[in-house]
Parts: sequence; C-alpha cells; structure tokens
Amino acid sequence: MSEKGWPGHPPQWVELCWWRGQREPLKIKGADVEILIYGIINSITLSLLSLGFALVYSISRVPNFAHGALYIMAGYITWLFLNKFIAFPYPFAIVLAIALTGIIGALMYRFILIRIRGMEISEIIATYAIGLAILEGLRWGGLRGMTFTLPPFVAGSVKIFGANIDYQRIIIVGSGILIFVLLYLFTHFNKIGLALRGIAQDERAAMMLGIDSDMTAIISLAIGSGLAGFAAVLLLPLGSIIVEAGYNVLIFAIAVCVIGGLGSWGGTVVASFIIGFAQILTEAFLSSHYQMVVALLAIIITLLIKPSGIFGKQKELEERV
Amino acid sequence: MDKQSMRKERIDRGLKVRTEGIYAISSSREILYLLGPRLLLIGGIILLPFILELAPYWKRVVNIMCVYALLALSFDFLANYVGLVCLGGSFFTGVGGYLTAIFNVNLGLPIYLSIPLATVGGAVLCTALLLPCLPLRGVYFAIITLMYPLLLTRVIEALDILGGTNGITGLDSFPNGYVEQYAIIIMMLVFLFGMRRFVNQDIGLVLRGVKDNDQSVRASGINVTHMKLLAVFVASFIGCFSGAYVAHLYMWAGISLFALDFSIIPIASVVIGGGGTLVGALIGSFILVPLSEILRAFGSFRIVIYCAVLTGFIVFKSEGIMVYLQRKYHQFERWVKV
Repeated sequence: MSEKGWPGHPPQWVELCWWRGQREPLKIKGADVEILIYGIINSITLSLLSLGFALVYSISRVPNFAHGALYIMAGYITWLFLNKFIAFPYPFAIVLAIALTGIIGALMYRFILIRIRGMEISEIIATYAIGLAILEGLRWGGLRGMTFTLPPFVAGSVKIFGANIDYQRIIIVGSGILIFVLLYLFTHFNKIGLALRGIAQDERAAMMLGIDSDMTAIISLAIGSGLAGFAAVLLLPLGSIIVEAGYNVLIFAIAVCVIGGLGSWGGTVVASFIIGFAQILTEAFLSSHYQMVVALLAIIITLLIKPSGIFGKQKELEERV
Repeated sequence: MDKQSMRKERIDRGLKVRTEGIYAISSSREILYLLGPRLLLIGGIILLPFILELAPYWKRVVNIMCVYALLALSFDFLANYVGLVCLGGSFFTGVGGYLTAIFNVNLGLPIYLSIPLATVGGAVLCTALLLPCLPLRGVYFAIITLMYPLLLTRVIEALDILGGTNGITGLDSFPNGYVEQYAIIIMMLVFLFGMRRFVNQDIGLVLRGVKDNDQSVRASGINVTHMKLLAVFVASFIGCFSGAYVAHLYMWAGISLFALDFSIIPIASVVIGGGGTLVGALIGSFILVPLSEILRAFGSFRIVIYCAVLTGFIVFKSEGIMVYLQRKYHQFERWVKV
C-alpha cells in the first residue's frame, strides 16, 4: 500500500517487541510477582537506555537526538566484530564497540556540534539529522530483517518466584545497578568527573576555575555515546538488531528524560521506574500495542502539567548530574 | 597591495530606504529590478508543467515539490516569525489527509468540498489539540510536537480505527492532470504571497514580538496565547491543506501521512533555503525534492545524503541560500583599504 509511488516513501514505524525478545506475553491477572519482576527489569532497561541521553544533556546542554542511532550502531559494530572480520572473542568485541561508539560521539561534538553550541534548535536538527543519517546509512548498508543477532552472555534461564527469567535479564539488572554506582563514584571522587559536575552546575563559575567547557562537552558526549553502546550490547542479545529500534530507543530516552526533568539524574531513575511499570501494567491488562502510547502520552501529559519534569528544578544545583 | 590591508565593503543599492521592504523608485528600470525576481518565480512555476510536458513522471514530482514547499512555508512561519519550532509537520498532513478521507469516502462529499472542509476542520482540530502545549517554549515545544504524529500513529494502529494499518482507500482523484497540478501550484503561490502580506502587517510584528520577548508583549496588554493560537491556526491551515491534497493525489489516506518525511524534509528545506524569508522555504524544497528523486535509485541512502546536506548547511551556512542571494542582489560589494 505505502509503496504506491510515494516520492520519499517513509520509513514504516514498525511495532517491535525489541527488548522483550522471545518472552511469552504475560498471561496475567493474578501473577503479581511476574509484573513486579518484569516491571523492575523493564525499568532498569529504560534507565540504561536513557542514561546516556540524560548525561549528555545535563553536562553539555546538547539534546543528543542521535542517541538511538548510536545505540544501534554499537550493536552493529559488535556484530561486525563477531562475524565479519577475524572473529574477535566476545568480551573484546564488546569493549571495542563501546569504545568506538564513544569516540564517534566525541568526534561528532568536536567537528560538528561545537560550531552550533548553544543554539538549541540547531542542535536538535543537527543531531537528529546525524542520527537519521547513521540509521538510514546502516539500513542502506544492509542492516535489514531480523537476521542480525548477538548471542546472550549466558544462555538459559532460571525460575524466580514462579517467573521464568533468563540469565541475560539478570545480567542487565546487575550491570544497570553497577553502572549507576560507577558513575556516582566517577562524578564524586574523580577530578574529571568533578569537572563535569562543575560545568553542569554552573558553567561560568566552572570556566573561571579553569575547566574547559568544550573539553568537558567532548568527554560527556564520549561517555554518553559509550553508555548508549553499553546499553546496546547488554540489551540487543534479547532481540535482533533492527534500524527501527533506534527510533524507539530515542523516544524512550526522551520520554524518561522529559518526565524525570531534563538534566536531572535522580529524575531519570524515578521516571524510568514510572514508565517501566506503567508499560508492564498496560501490557498485562491491555495489550502490548499500547506500550509506545504509554510513553508518548506520558511525555505529553508531563510537558503539559509540569514541563520541567518531576525533579527538573532547573535552578537547583544538586539535581544535575 | 596586499590583501591584509583590504576589507570588503557592502553598500545598499540606492533605491532601498532604510528598512527592508521599503523602496524609493525613480525609474522603470528600478521597477523591473524589483519585479524581476518575483515575476521570474511566479512565471517559472506556472510554466513548469508545460516545460515538463515531455517528462510525465517529473510532473508528479512538481506536485510533491509544492506540497513540501507549503509544509516548509508553515514551518518557516512558525519557527522564524512566532518562535514555535514544530518538529511534527506530519501531524498537520495526517490530520488533513484523514479528515478529507472521512469526508470523501465515508460521507460521500465531492472533492471540491472535502478538501476545503478538511483544511478548515483540520486546522481547527490541530489548533485545539495543540492548545494545551502553547505555553511551552523552545526545546519543549519541539519535543511535544515531535510526539504528536507518533502518538496518533500508534493510537490508530492500536485501536485499529480509520482503516488501521491499511488506511482508507478509494478517495476521489482530481478531474484531470492540469487541475491536479494547478490546484497546488496556485494555492502555493497564494499562500506564499498571502503569508508575506500577513507577516508584514501589524499582527506579524506582534508575532515577532512574541518570538523575541513574550513578556514585553504581555506587558503591552496583548494576550500571548491568543497570538500563538492564531499562528498555529494559520500554520496548521496550510499543513492540513497539503495533507488533504496528498491524500487525494494518492487516492489513499494511511499512517504514512504521519511519516517522518513530512516533518524532516520541510525543515531541511527551510534550513537550506534560508529561514525567515518564506521564499527560501520554496527554494529549499525545489532543490531538495528533485534531488531526492534523482537519488531514488540509492534507496535509503538518499536520506543519508540529505541529512548530510542539512547538517552541512546548519553548521557552515546557517543563513541559507535565499538570504545569501538577497544580500548579493541588494548590495554592492567592493574592496576598500582599511
């Protein structure tokens, strides 16, 4: 139908259960434990997805609309390392892919975004265009269909309170918590991390103390993109690497960050729990079609009621980073 | 003499009086100087279907070109005259397209009633839906407008209303090729010059005030939300018209009307053509759409190309083509000694 000679025929927004993989649909009404467990997993997934976006925005004030594209690209790079070139060992491929994604993010800032820093709309359009270019470039380069998959770290599953959970999801939860702890330590006990926080809290004062604003922005984009890559290698083994997921990741990241308050970390976590549980509940009691509707409605309602988000008191210093 | 001690001096031509758009004309040559570019544009666009008589495929491209030009016009108006950056132009096309499909297929209205009704009705509907978001500014308005078309797509998919993923088929087509073509061309010219008029009137000045400093507009006793409401109505009027036109052009209304293309290509056109000039939106889409047709063989690679063009323009030449041309046309340049 849509192929009927649309000049510029659009990328179809395919409904994809990209992070749930092969899990059976929740057969609910009564299985409260399953809702709880999958709610937690879903929430941590969401916070992993949006962490990079939140970090970049809070430090450099760049709304990185290429986030979803970087996510997919990291997955694809890992796949390439595993299957195309000399088959790297899995952990090595992962580290390499994350590092490469981080470098690409840094280069993106250094050569493109640095020139339009501060012009918010230009930043949005430019990062969005870059993201679109990456995603459609990958599609053109052959990333089509469901054939691109990453193997799970540890195969198999375990029963917890009657709910079937595969080891990969347990690893996701563990690494999600781990990455939060590491980031906390990094931003509180490391000179570079402290510099990042300084810039996030008050750019002028930080610059007066000799912190280079552009340098911290480059670092923040590198870390943010690296986090997107990290989320990708963790989550993509659950499904397959598909271009459309890139758009979905971007929407989820924006949803979480807007609801939590753009530029607030605590808000990001809280918001991902709100959306995560809301999604699982709608999936359990309505149908999985509504997952995206929930996220989008949440954005719209939040922006209407409290545009700065739950925790987004833009003036309050400790809420950033 | 070495280049170091020289600088380029720019002087306005003599017939320009202090501000933009006011000229002191003293000869027919100067009238021609002012009318020339405008007549070239109007005449060129009206003659375009005859020139392309030999290539029927490209006649269709002209239609699409004009549709994108209208959408770009509406984006340019909202972004550069009112300060509302609307990333969801496809919201307007989708609403307009679906409304005209309902009027035409379900209610059986003829095409010359369904398009105007869908245009007005769609504009009212879009304005009503966007009404709660109007207090938002900058990046927040951008995000929320990006979400609207996505939300409507998902709702249509999930509830399986309005034909679900298949869309509504069987819309009337235009009586013949020339009506089809000139309907959009003439409407585009009407909207273009109408908007130029509109933004240069008092109300346009107030709207620009809303963009630059809404607090001072409010202090002057003007309701900012009313002004934004009016602006959104005008912009969605244009957008819904092009949506309704597209739906009749393809005799089909589906969720592709909410697709990203209707949002991103107009933005790219405005950036390339030159924001804030209105004509620039036209020129941008007249460059981009044929370009993307030529690149059609490359599949999705063409999106990569025009994203690259867009990024290049926004980073290195953010003023756009039209502003550049205007400067060259209206000013002398010469090297003077420092």
